[in-house]
Amino acid sequence: MKDEDIIHNEVLVTRRSDAESWLRQTIERMSQPGINWSRKFSLFNYPFVTACCGMEFMSVNGPRYDMAQYGAEFPRFSPRQADLIWIVGTITQKQAPILRRVWEQMAEPKWAIAFGVCASTGGFYDNYCTVQGADRIIPIDVYIPGCPPRPEQILDGLRLLMDKIQTEHGRVMV
Amino acid sequence: MSVLALEKLKRRFGDDILESHSKLGDDTVLVKAERLYEVAQFLKDDPELQFDMPIDNTAVDWWQVSEPRFEVIWHLYSTVKHMRIRVKVRVGEDNPTCASLTPLWPGMNWHERETWDMYGVRFSGHPNLKRVLMYEEFVGYPLRKDYPITKRQPLIEERIVREVPTQRNPPPDMLNQP
Repeated sequence: MKDEDIIHNEVLVTRRSDAESWLRQTIERMSQPGINWSRKFSLFNYPFVTACCGMEFMSVNGPRYDMAQYGAEFPRFSPRQADLIWIVGTITQKQAPILRRVWEQMAEPKWAIAFGVCASTGGFYDNYCTVQGADRIIPIDVYIPGCPPRPEQILDGLRLLMDKIQTEHGRVMV
Repeated sequence: MSVLALEKLKRRFGDDILESHSKLGDDTVLVKAERLYEVAQFLKDDPELQFDMPIDNTAVDWWQVSEPRFEVIWHLYSTVKHMRIRVKVRVGEDNPTCASLTPLWPGMNWHERETWDMYGVRFSGHPNLKRVLMYEEFVGYPLRKDYPITKRQPLIEERIVREVPTQRNPPPDMLNQP
């Protein structure tokens, strides 16, 4: 093989990758708002319910507060089909590997909400068995405080996540 | 109510009952650790007592307060005579072992496993003495008074968590950091 061929090849490869990335960026820039809009109104939930906050989660899912008005009412009990994991309740050290495994099984794009003060910071369980916040295990997008939080707070947290999804960049093609 | 039980126990076992009281209606006996099984057998089988229901098993750690260090406590209830009794045993720190009452009351199984899990008190004769709440990798007994109060033993590596910079909580000036 001659030296010129190698150089020629490199130039070709570089140009092709340039073109691909330009095309990709253009497609993303044009389609991102629409894709984000459709994502934020069709969140499939995975409720990771470990403690008493679960009762409040049920009331939000019920007809009175009606999470369905934001298109986020549908619980999928398989993480592979879910976009959004709700960490509802205390995460213990024994539970932590399970939580990380569930999170790793979810397909991109995916989001996480820490529901209640135990999932956010460990709450008042500053002891031998409790993880001091689920963000020590997986990345969290929205933290909802409260013990347990009011349904209005939860809907507010969901709206915050929806706003965040709307302003996201670079997650069209993963 | 079950002052009767205390009297019967004292008559039957004599000096093996170290202490007893029925303060505020809580009938309590402190028995010698070696005679625990016989005392429990008697409480279960005596036709006037019939303590047939196990309520609870727990322990108290008297670290640096009194010797012997651990006090293991059983709560029993008689569904026939409607009486309650509390049976206590003291075991030392170097060999915290006492008889298991699971052969008498199968319902004591998980209670005694929990006491083993939290205090490290061994129950000889227990069919399946292993941790029930904590994980097997856990070292030490978390409810002992000498366990560090915030010592945690994570099973997986934790992510590094930083303060989230906000308007109210501005990010630290990186140049001034040492």
